[in-house]
Amino acid sequence: MTLDTPAASPLLSVRDLTKYFPITGGVMRRVVGAVRAVDGISFDVAQGETLGLVGESGCGKTTAGRAILRLIEPTSGEIHFDGEDVRALAKEPLRKLRRRMQIVFQDPFSSLNPRMTVGASVREGLTIHRLAEGSAADARVRQLLEEVGLRPEHASRYPHEFSGGQRQRVGIARALAVEPKFIVCDEPVSALDVSVQAQVINLLQDLQRAHGLAYLFIAHDLSVVEHIADRVAVMYLGRIVELANADDLYAMPLMPYTQALLSAIPVPDPEAKRARIVLRGDVPSPANPPSGCPFHPRCQHPQKDAACSVIVPPLELKEPHHWAACIKQLPTRVSWEEQQAAGATKPPERIVPIRATA
Amino acid sequence: MTPRPLLSVQELRTYFRTSAGVARAVDGVSFSIAANESVGVVGESGCGKSVTSLSLLRLIQRPGTIEPGSKIEFEGTDLLSLDDESMRKIRGNRIAMIFQEPMTALNPVFTVGAQLAEVPRVHESLSRRDAWARAVEMLGTVGIPDPAERAHAYPHQLSGGMRQRVMIGMALMLSPALLIADEPTTALDVTIQAQILELLAELRARTSMSVLLITHDLGVVAESTSRVIVMYAGEIVEQAGVRELFAKPHHPYTEGLMAAMPRAGTKRERLTVIPGAVPSPYEWPGGCRFHERCPYAWERCEREHPPLYEIGAGHVSRCHLAVEPERRATPHLPLAARAGAGA
Repeated sequence: MTLDTPAASPLLSVRDLTKYFPITGGVMRRVVGAVRAVDGISFDVAQGETLGLVGESGCGKTTAGRAILRLIEPTSGEIHFDGEDVRALAKEPLRKLRRRMQIVFQDPFSSLNPRMTVGASVREGLTIHRLAEGSAADARVRQLLEEVGLRPEHASRYPHEFSGGQRQRVGIARALAVEPKFIVCDEPVSALDVSVQAQVINLLQDLQRAHGLAYLFIAHDLSVVEHIADRVAVMYLGRIVELANADDLYAMPLMPYTQALLSAIPVPDPEAKRARIVLRGDVPSPANPPSGCPFHPRCQHPQKDAACSVIVPPLELKEPHHWAACIKQLPTRVSWEEQQAAGATKPPERIVPIRATA
Repeated sequence: MTPRPLLSVQELRTYFRTSAGVARAVDGVSFSIAANESVGVVGESGCGKSVTSLSLLRLIQRPGTIEPGSKIEFEGTDLLSLDDESMRKIRGNRIAMIFQEPMTALNPVFTVGAQLAEVPRVHESLSRRDAWARAVEMLGTVGIPDPAERAHAYPHQLSGGMRQRVMIGMALMLSPALLIADEPTTALDVTIQAQILELLAELRARTSMSVLLITHDLGVVAESTSRVIVMYAGEIVEQAGVRELFAKPHHPYTEGLMAAMPRAGTKRERLTVIPGAVPSPYEWPGGCRFHERCPYAWERCEREHPPLYEIGAGHVSRCHLAVEPERRATPHLPLAARAGAGA
């Protein structure tokens, strides 16, 4: 797949990335199949940009984030970051590269060492990458804690002495310590209460402006992503099914799955008029995805027909800078003749639901 | 005279006495629910909403106790004076509860059909065959496809959404008058959440069941309830009809919760935050429990614990702004923000 990129040289460029997990069976533990957690995704992230990656549990968004950092090894595909071929790097250069690519996890409690003071945790990256030593490192740790809204004296405390929001601030300080250009934020506010969530979102945005950081913001909360992201990629069963500027995607979702997903968000306004699309059934297993379009068994597009279970829809340009994967949503380069050959009876149309207005 | 409510709670206090002191998790909560009504309880973690719901069913474990002076009246019966056997009959028969994570509430070694069938076998002494038929019928009612076949499935063979449907089915086996749903959709994806909320609304329309929906999600509350109770630091701080509450939130905490939510139109702006964090139940702040985080607080708020002021028809708020409304015009930096440490 090709994408015409707006930026001449994006900071991060991912092409046809896949991650398959083997399924073993029988007494010999032979490989009998594969879970296609990430099944050929491509996207770019420009410097200072936030790309939101959304989807429901099991869609592969977390696996994608980790495969990009090679925290898990991808099965195939290309990853270029800041001019380097990430997949070709040996252990030592990869370690060096991680200084520029960091990750913040959903639950900072499980990612912070409970026996280390918060100061020591934040300092670890400085030591590993030889960025500061001795009193210079102490000063840097205090500065980082202040920057994320904690007090310098918090350095001598342990993770259990902090609230969830404060622990997330420590996780962010730790990522920030090595002066990265890019941070994968994997559900960074999902475990937090609404009022604390707002504090952490503001912090992430302040830091982005101050340091020119790029984020891959992985989340299932579509309202949070709408607020923070410049562009959004929607994943379903290991694939990107829609990719657009955030404003365009939320105003005019084109892939039927995105349409249903957005319509399902509860609107905090009892007067809101909503046209909810309630999907039937569950997300199918990525070990045994449906043929053709992975979404076709649940799809509500009125023109859905037999061809949808045969043709794998390409992620194609439907509007300027707006890609979607649906052969029934106009325009499409999958010709009507091709669709008919696959059993189509209903020609493609353009169906766009009216968004619930708050 | 208004008809007697289905459930009436008065001055409910649930305290936990531990070596660290007394945690006043629920501290003087009064509300009622009418038949076929859907009431939402919102608040952040640690505000006492889950302990309130567990107290209604008397499911509080040691060292927690429901304090003397608390009163819970359900269908005219004083639940706190019932013996354990009578209480067990009310639980399940008349009041049922569903939880956030259905996997922990279902028994992993029995099929879902067997678990559902057990309910009418024990409570109504139905035969094995009749009970099984009722179980299959209920699985169909809660929207499980191929119920006769799925009844033979074990919980781990079902998806999260399907397990939550089974939980709801189990709760409804005996047609309870009140269903307490504690964060029933929090662990579910948004498309599955929409299915479950639709199912609850359908069931309420078909029966005269009331629902007490406990959630942190204001969107869920706006869509699924007709009246909302906002809890903070073990107390009710505001209560109103759902439209009134969203149109005219009175308590600064309610106002803050609504402003802190990212939504369309707030794009890339700074979100309004409530500085600081929910205080500890071992030492609720004196005066108004919210005053340190409040942008309007003045001297009176530090000194005087506000009562629930009536500020409109069916609308109460635990905030002195009810009597000194002009102070809303002059917000300031809250105490918790001045202290400098983020939550």
